[in-house]
Amino acid sequence: MKIDPWMVQALAAGIFMIGFAGVLVRRNVIAMLMCVELMLNAANMSFVAYAWQHADMAGQAVAVFVMAVAAAGAAVGLAIVVSLFRALRSADTGGITLLKE
Amino acid sequence: MMNAAAFFLFGGFGLAFSAMAAFGRNMVGCAFSLVMAFFCFAGVYAALGAHLVAVLQIFVYAGAVMVLFVFVIMIIGSRRMTGAGAGQGRFVTGAGVLAAGAALVLLIKVFRGSAVGTGRVSGPFTADAVAAAGGNTRVLSELLFSEYALPFELVTAVLVAAAVCAVTLLIPKRERSGS
Repeated sequence: MKIDPWMVQALAAGIFMIGFAGVLVRRNVIAMLMCVELMLNAANMSFVAYAWQHADMAGQAVAVFVMAVAAAGAAVGLAIVVSLFRALRSADTGGITLLKE
Repeated sequence: MMNAAAFFLFGGFGLAFSAMAAFGRNMVGCAFSLVMAFFCFAGVYAALGAHLVAVLQIFVYAGAVMVLFVFVIMIIGSRRMTGAGAGQGRFVTGAGVLAAGAALVLLIKVFRGSAVGTGRVSGPFTADAVAAAGGNTRVLSELLFSEYALPFELVTAVLVAAAVCAVTLLIPKRERSGS
């Protein structure tokens, strides 16, 4: 049994597409943020896989940076969710119709 | 080979857990599936020889980020999210799943059939070279503090800005305007 490079890329693509479908399908803001985190992780996995495939460290270095930026994104995103919840008393995207009225 | 076995094990479980996290009915269940998925991704990174990234994945994602998520779920209260399982309408759900599936099939075809997914251009950091230079953590750290020193410092600025931004967003209005 041997790991082929395309298998790792296929795994990353599968995780990305699960996250993508989740963002489209879910209506809860926190669930959507979780799916965004999944997509970021899939991109990270692709970077690490290419670093492994080409025996180069640049992919792993970029993966570390992506991780830090994603953590910052999660912090700001969740702060927005909390203040959204304070304003609307709901975490459902169906309830956000401020521009409609 | 042990690495291959670990890769297939963690990859399979990672896919299953991320599907549970993305489409589960119960928000707390989703959050804990996501923790397990992040652990499995760390296993995949370790199987690919990226040991430092694997450890950071556990610290940053399975630790810090997931604590934030669980914390916010507890603030909002999972009882208020009883409709959390309710998705979009049938049309949007079908279209979303169809688009994701089609894109996945396309991507796998591209990766299998072209040099993008099969070619190997060997760089200087082969597994043996990394082991001889003191292991993955040492080699990657030296690279981060020499060649990638500027991006590294910029990332710290981004993190500070994000922390300030999150705090500012959460201070109630009356406290922000009056001192």
